[in-house]
Amino acid sequence: MVFWARVMEYLRFAWDALLANKIRAFLTTLGILIGVAAIIFIFTLIQAINRYVEGEFANLGSTTVYVSKFPWVITGNYFELRNRPPITIREYRALERYATYPRWMTPVFESMRTIEYRSKTLESVYVVGCNAQYTETHNTETELGRWFTASEVRSARPVCIIGQSVKEELFGKENPIGKRIKINGLPYKVIGVLEKKGSFFGFNMDNQTIIPYTTFRGYTFNRRSITIALKVENPDDLEPMKDEIRGILRQVRKLSPRESDNFAINQQDMLTDFYRKLTGTSFLVVIIIATISLVVGGIGIMNIMLVSVTERTREIGIRKAVGATRRQIMFHFITESLAISLVGGVLGVMVGVLAAQVPLSYMHLESGVTVGTVLIGFFFAAAVGFISGLYPAYKAARLNPIDALRYE
Amino acid sequence: MAKNPIIRLEDIHKVYTLGLTQVHALRGITLTIERGEYVAIMGPSGSGKSTLMNIMGCLDVPTKGRYFLNGHDVSQLNDDALARIRNKEIGFVFQTFNLLPRATALHNVELPLIYNGLPGSRRRGKARLALEKVGLGDRMHHKPNELSGGQRQRVAIARALVNDPSIILADEPTGNLDSKTGEEIMEILDHLHAQGNTIILVTHEDFIARHAHKIIYLRDGKIEDIEEMSRSVEEKP
Repeated sequence: MVFWARVMEYLRFAWDALLANKIRAFLTTLGILIGVAAIIFIFTLIQAINRYVEGEFANLGSTTVYVSKFPWVITGNYFELRNRPPITIREYRALERYATYPRWMTPVFESMRTIEYRSKTLESVYVVGCNAQYTETHNTETELGRWFTASEVRSARPVCIIGQSVKEELFGKENPIGKRIKINGLPYKVIGVLEKKGSFFGFNMDNQTIIPYTTFRGYTFNRRSITIALKVENPDDLEPMKDEIRGILRQVRKLSPRESDNFAINQQDMLTDFYRKLTGTSFLVVIIIATISLVVGGIGIMNIMLVSVTERTREIGIRKAVGATRRQIMFHFITESLAISLVGGVLGVMVGVLAAQVPLSYMHLESGVTVGTVLIGFFFAAAVGFISGLYPAYKAARLNPIDALRYE
Repeated sequence: MAKNPIIRLEDIHKVYTLGLTQVHALRGITLTIERGEYVAIMGPSGSGKSTLMNIMGCLDVPTKGRYFLNGHDVSQLNDDALARIRNKEIGFVFQTFNLLPRATALHNVELPLIYNGLPGSRRRGKARLALEKVGLGDRMHHKPNELSGGQRQRVAIARALVNDPSIILADEPTGNLDSKTGEEIMEILDHLHAQGNTIILVTHEDFIARHAHKIIYLRDGKIEDIEEMSRSVEEKP
């Protein structure tokens, strides 16, 4: 109770100061506002992207590896990578024959093709050629109809599974199952519709069509590199599988022990690692900017607090005369300094959250403002306010009451 | 008479250092003020009366000598200890009122109680009572700039009273007021004295000092004369 009586007085003191100098307080706290806004902006953004990316990468599956010409994250000499021989169906067949660890595997041919249905034409549809095990390696399902079977792949049946966007664009409300479409002029029968996939880094995953790789034009002598997806059932088999396929591929390609691999075995965690590094870097940059802004803001607050102490010299004298101790005078000014910086903190949180909506809506991501984010903003603002208020408050507390009372 | 003095000063010296020169403001003041006395301190400017007032008000400490307030030696206390004594034992009334400009009369009067840590409801009750005592029961929520000079000084008196101090120190309380208002303020002080308060008045005006029952004349940091007055002030020539 005793404590509370004084706290109310500290708050009243700070409130008076803010009311008397609204514009000054706002300008002073601008640095804090910008610093906190920057922190909140990047936190909100990274959290939203994190949630999204981790969801997306989870789809790639942690028990699947992807053999391709290029590693997903290129760190070495690009020209050396470019000169690598492409991954072809030959490598797939070798793996199919000799590898023992993979439970499921499929080649993945990719291309952008034109699809026609009656008078409608759809340009640049992502067409994938694979086998029946693609559903397992890529964790995907049909929403309507069915997937093609192993025998349909073997006998190169012209059947296809279309994505949601393809369905909407070509068929509208019509049931597409059993309809005939043309992919680059060749007729295919629609046997299934993929479940809704959404977009992946701005790429519309529903604008695709999946066909048996055996019907993929020129698949046997395709010079374009393909991907081979291999999946184990038991996560413990992942590393042995990688060793095994690496051995098989080196043998197929007749690499001598001194030569390094001329293919890449990609995995989901490469992307998450890379992504973490990327966000970690941008995080650091923003933290540095925010820190500079907060330091500048803190200096501004200290400056204006020194002015406030001078302006209120006589008031300090009065308060000391009626019995305020040094500590109590200090608390008055630290509260004022905290109040100024917290105004900046509150506004900064609001500005940061709102500013983050712009890139987030552009990326079609949901914003998740967490209590933690808001608290971080308030914490930084309060810390700066407290630290920059200390010296002016100390100065005020040490004033001699006689001189202070005489101050004009 | 001398068994329970509220103030006892023993050979008080105060030396200020201004640059290279030393100013000897007080040169050995020995003085006793009893509970319930009404004392005026007079003297020309530079006589040391402000310095004496500051020391008696615990706003400053003497360079040499001892000061007993209510029997406790307060001559060498630190800043915070002095603040607590000012809070509990001393009520100030200044020439320039020294009210907080943005606070209401009530809040100004509450101020000493706030630093004393008195909880809200009891605090407001005491502050209201003090304001009613000085006749400002209907002006509690006015700010100083909405009050006349005399009313402001009455708020200051209420503030000085509110913590039931041992002494009320009034430094030229009528200096900024016209003579009629000044007389009203003096009536309030007289009244407070009649109720048993110890009042010390610093002034350079003789007719103000005549309200007191003892006048201490200071000159060059020393007590020049002490004039005891009979109760019937008006009968003096």
